[in-house]
Amino acid sequence: MRLLDTILLAISALRMNFLRSILTTLGIIIGVASVILMVAVAEGARSEVEKRISSLGSNLLQLRPGSNRIRGRSVGADSRLPFSEGDVSDIRKKVPSVTAISGHFRRNGTIVYRNTDWLTNIDGVHSEYLQVRDWAVEIGRFFGEREYQAGAKVAVIGTTVARELFDDENSIGISMRIGDTPFEIIGVLEHKGATPSGRDQDDVILVPLSTLRSRLVKRHKLVPDQVGYVSVKIDETEDLSEAKEDIEFILRKRRGIKNSKSDNFYVRDVSAYQFAKTETQQTFSFLLAATAIISLIVGGIGIMNIMLVSVTERTREIGLRMAVGARRSDIRTQFLVEAVVLCLIGGIIGTVLGIGGAMAIALGANWPVLISPEVLALALAAAALTGISFGFFPAQRAARLNPIEALRSE
Amino acid sequence: MTRHSDMSVRNRSKEFPLIRTRKLGRLYRTGEQVVTALKDVSFDINEGEFVAIMGPSGSGKSTLMNLLGTLDLPTSGDYFLDGENVADIAADELADLRNRTIGFVFQQFNLLPRMRALAQVTLPLTYARRRSGNLKEKARKQLALVGLEDRADHLPSQLSGGQQQRVAIARALINSPKLILADEPTGALDTATSKDLMRLFQRLNGAGITIILVTHDAEIAAYAQRKIVFRDGRIVTNKNQRNSRLLKVS
Ligand SMILES: Nc1ncnc2c1ncn2[C@@H]1O[C@H](COP(=O)(O)OP(=O)(O)O)[C@@H](O)[C@H]1O
Ligand SMILES: [Mg+2]
Repeated sequence: MRLLDTILLAISALRMNFLRSILTTLGIIIGVASVILMVAVAEGARSEVEKRISSLGSNLLQLRPGSNRIRGRSVGADSRLPFSEGDVSDIRKKVPSVTAISGHFRRNGTIVYRNTDWLTNIDGVHSEYLQVRDWAVEIGRFFGEREYQAGAKVAVIGTTVARELFDDENSIGISMRIGDTPFEIIGVLEHKGATPSGRDQDDVILVPLSTLRSRLVKRHKLVPDQVGYVSVKIDETEDLSEAKEDIEFILRKRRGIKNSKSDNFYVRDVSAYQFAKTETQQTFSFLLAATAIISLIVGGIGIMNIMLVSVTERTREIGLRMAVGARRSDIRTQFLVEAVVLCLIGGIIGTVLGIGGAMAIALGANWPVLISPEVLALALAAAALTGISFGFFPAQRAARLNPIEALRSE
Repeated sequence: MTRHSDMSVRNRSKEFPLIRTRKLGRLYRTGEQVVTALKDVSFDINEGEFVAIMGPSGSGKSTLMNLLGTLDLPTSGDYFLDGENVADIAADELADLRNRTIGFVFQQFNLLPRMRALAQVTLPLTYARRRSGNLKEKARKQLALVGLEDRADHLPSQLSGGQQQRVAIARALINSPKLILADEPTGALDTATSKDLMRLFQRLNGAGITIILVTHDAEIAAYAQRKIVFRDGRIVTNKNQRNSRLLKVS
């Protein structure tokens, strides 16, 4: 018998018991929907993490004072010893895989232009800061190394500041005040948008960290050449952990830490740190995977049950088919195809529900909806495989019937 | 020379009849009990014959028909169909053989309850290894041949007993078999309908199809050329009928 005929035969047989057939596939529906949800959630979470990392800049190491192991507890007087200009220039000079390095010192401040003022973040950074953050200026330019060394009173503003203070009018060359100090605006940053946690990254003014130290911060609060947090960008082709070890070696030496003593700073790989945050999502995925497998097994047993009922109900039909020339393999194929078609119907319904659920979750979590053709293929393959596995025994039982007894049965 | 080519030579020489049984026996074992349904049954039936099989209930008629139809295998003796010993043929080939060579007609019609007449007739064609032409067209012609051209879209429940049996006959004929095996085909029909059906069988036999028919009814058996009577699993009579209705008609 041709496969197409067998499929059509299966569909017409299932239509005769329409409601029963649909109810039977409930387990398959839940299983397949779970498969799709599971993959969509995993993909959504992954893309979310990737977005976070790329908003920070990729291939990034972050340097923090203090102990990574004993967080929040200060151990000794120098445990929070900040990084200095010397640390930055030493790392830049001695670690060849470093492509950019910048300190980052933030304070709040009010900027004034004519009779408008605006409270914003004033970030003191080095001249390589934009490379570190994978950022760029939209209009104008960023400050260079010479201006940095000279402590020039120049500023590059974020788009939010440009809008709030200058109504998006050209602001290059304009002088404004931060506190009492006049600064010249030399550039406007590209729009970067909000962080996933909702903080506006464009509500910022970047100034040379040297200028911030000398002009904007009261002396007694600072070690003379403190640079705040340090971010280091490593060449894409280089080994991140090797660079991390090099930097740690330099800093231990500069800070006079003996081999046996523990570090009073730590260097952290941003991507590793961010991936650790997805553990909750992994747990969720695991639960969905368990649900999918259990539902498919329970659904498969339901399919097996209904197929056994169907074989019993149609014993006489099987006997007749054998009498008119069906081989045992024809009978087996007929019932196997029926089980697979039944599971695929459940699979299609489950797919629709799964896509709906994935969209709802994506909407709630503010993720993109990520459902690839491969996932749909995987889900339907899981359904078909369930049909084959659990349909085999009933099909085998049908194929083994004795034609005479089958014809005589009621 | 292998056994197979040996037999094909016999085939060609027409030495063998369509059906030959030799000391055919069938035992049924149910637990401790052994029932001898058939014992030492030997007869030949040539192509083109119309044979009635008679005997009281339980005499082994249905058992014999199952063996002749290759739905069952003997526990002793040999059955040669078209010169080949059925015991030597693999199960799949037996299925193909039934499909090509044998048409079954049952007392209870054995139509599939939710299938329209046309599809019932098409059924054996879907299992044919070699397929030719338009299946539906072929089935329609076959239905016309049994006088049901205007009932193609009817379900069995919408047909009378006689009409249902005609659909079953059309189904049996669809692959142009050499042999029709009918086990009490008129058993569920009234006298007038039975007579119509027998005239149909006569017509088919006239076209060269071998017919073996089981019946209790002497009137029905009278349509056949030959009568084989069974009692307790053995043949008690096997003779041609001079006054066969078949002979009278032809
Ligand atoms: N499947 C079976 N199992 C056991 N005994 C059977 C079976 N089929 C038939 N018989 C017995 O074999 C004998 C012949 O039965 P059957 O061929 O049906 O007779 P008939 O068709 O002439 O009425 C009977 O005694 C019957 O009880
Ligand atoms: Mg009988």
